[in-house]
Amino acid sequence: MVKEKTRVLNMVQAINEALDLALAQDPRVLVFGEDVGRLGGVFRVTEGLQAKHGEARVFDTPLAESGILGLAIGLAMGGMRPVAEIQFAGFLYPALDQILSHLGRWRHRSRGRVGLPVVVRAPYGGGVHTPEQHADSPEAILCHTPGVKVVIPSSPERAKGLLLAAIEDEDPVFFLEAIKLYRGARAEVPEGYYTLPLGKARVLREGKAATLIGYGGMVEVMLEAAEVAGREGVEVTVVDLETLVPLDEETVLEAVRATGRAIVVYEAMRTGGFGAEVAARIAEGALDYLQAPVLRVAGYDAPYPPFSAIEHLYRPNARRVLAALRKALSY
Amino acid sequence: MKLKPVGYLERGELPLEKGEALRLYRAMRRARFFDEKAMTLQRQGRLGVYAPFMGQEAAQVGVGLALGEGDWVVPSYRETALLLTRGVPIHVLLLYWRAHPAGWGFPEGVRAVNPYIPIATQIPQAVGLALAGRHRGEGWVVATSIGDGGTSEGDFHEGLNFAAVFQAPVIFLVQNNGYAISVPRHRQMRVDYIARKAEGYGMPGVVVDGNDAVAVYLEAKKAVERARKGEGPTLLEALTYRLAPHTTSDDPSRYRTREEEEAWRKKDPVLRFRKALEEGGLWGEEEERALLGELEEEFARELALADSAPEPRPEEIVEHVYKEMGPDQRRAFEALRQGLHLEEVW
Repeated sequence: MVKEKTRVLNMVQAINEALDLALAQDPRVLVFGEDVGRLGGVFRVTEGLQAKHGEARVFDTPLAESGILGLAIGLAMGGMRPVAEIQFAGFLYPALDQILSHLGRWRHRSRGRVGLPVVVRAPYGGGVHTPEQHADSPEAILCHTPGVKVVIPSSPERAKGLLLAAIEDEDPVFFLEAIKLYRGARAEVPEGYYTLPLGKARVLREGKAATLIGYGGMVEVMLEAAEVAGREGVEVTVVDLETLVPLDEETVLEAVRATGRAIVVYEAMRTGGFGAEVAARIAEGALDYLQAPVLRVAGYDAPYPPFSAIEHLYRPNARRVLAALRKALSY
Repeated sequence: MKLKPVGYLERGELPLEKGEALRLYRAMRRARFFDEKAMTLQRQGRLGVYAPFMGQEAAQVGVGLALGEGDWVVPSYRETALLLTRGVPIHVLLLYWRAHPAGWGFPEGVRAVNPYIPIATQIPQAVGLALAGRHRGEGWVVATSIGDGGTSEGDFHEGLNFAAVFQAPVIFLVQNNGYAISVPRHRQMRVDYIARKAEGYGMPGVVVDGNDAVAVYLEAKKAVERARKGEGPTLLEALTYRLAPHTTSDDPSRYRTREEEEAWRKKDPVLRFRKALEEGGLWGEEEERALLGELEEEFARELALADSAPEPRPEEIVEHVYKEMGPDQRRAFEALRQGLHLEEVW
């Protein structure tokens, strides 16, 4: 990885830079979706890319998510490397048939003849007072789809390298970007082209008391909780999964075995959420090391509330993580 | 807008050169031969569920032969005749209907993708494949096909709209066989001709007598030419009828009459075309016998190939999910390879 020169960028800028580099490096890369061309996307992630790379490479599509996913599948079949944007992850639902029946299945049902190097980018999650349906976290549905990978970065520097790796990957990758981090997260981002490996979890902080496990927009929440706990002398380990599929189970189990306590944090609804999968794997792989039940801090079993005044009660925050930590420690 | 089905055979016309006409007939006869054999094999328990296409040969072969070598087909599950025209070997198709993994990956060089089971979902994909050809400067044309019921699906509309907006080189063949399994056309839509819908997207719509191989072939050739010249997509509606059940598990006597079937049997596209060839002095009893002999021999050879395909290995379950197996597939692969259950090795 080239890391000599860095600048401070936010997530939007880092992802824009990754797309720009990918378009410049590989003529097979195409960027498309609703409003990504002249407008530069509703979050301006694709700003300037059409002007620089032309309307053939960066283009607006009709407003139809299933059509966009279908188009991406066909383009990939024909040898292109499509990077499709879905305006909000909650808008993936009209395209689920394309995703479940085809995008995830083509390699398998063609016995390896048709691989689909498609990247689907979509903003997800809450915390910024969006209208109805704009704050969903549908990653569990995607993770339940064999044949696709799911990547959720937690910082601008990681987002750039992971997106470039996703575009290079020979399999379909869902790349979910936490809306809360788009302009909220700023970090030193290396210049130039670099990739970060998919399928690796990261240990961001180490402590003996418990292990916090999460991804995307929950990473800053876990770090904040860890900081507060640390001031009271309770040091915790924080694991950023980064790639949900394929899951780096070993890193998770190792971290849990070292602390004996695990708390999984995710902002999707609790039941059947990806955190439930992580908890189950801990039960299967590290039960003998556990000193407390694995706890989940998650959204409620209800649609994400579009009501600004109480939205913060749905989305996990550091206080809720700390409450779970106290519960685990006093078990 | 007035629509009238295009047809030639009723008028006793055969505006084709001899070689072209015979090529068309032979391909149709070969497809019919396959369909009859497949039905028999299924009844013997030697194929799984099978979706026959008998009656729709003219529509499929007409479009298939109108394509060039570099063009692609993106078929639905009833388009076995279309796949045969593209060079998918018979034993591969038999293995497909045996649900054998070796029937799932068509050989390299065959420009056809696996049949689609979900209805109309292939339509936007066909558009993407067509655009990929444009981006790569290879300019291939894509023919994709569904039935009348498929035009009620959202993906049909999204796909046609995308194709028109991007002026994609695609031919949308709708085989209007009158039924979506048991639901008749008038419970599916309130228009007389599906081709009429094309105008709503901004593309030409053509309705042809789908049991008239000449009509389908000539109209498909026009659509291919238009697509190749960069003039965009065409919706081609072939009015036809499936003479057999929806699948081998279906009972059409519950939803259609014997009289209706008999009426369509009189328009059997294979017999109809053979008659036209014979009247034109291009075909006779002797040629027919020779062709059937050839087909019998070819089928026997291909069936033997299908029969000799090795039993699938258990670990094939988790192969080709990703280009490289992730940790979860690897663990399952090892368990299956050793004849163990996943729970035993976890």
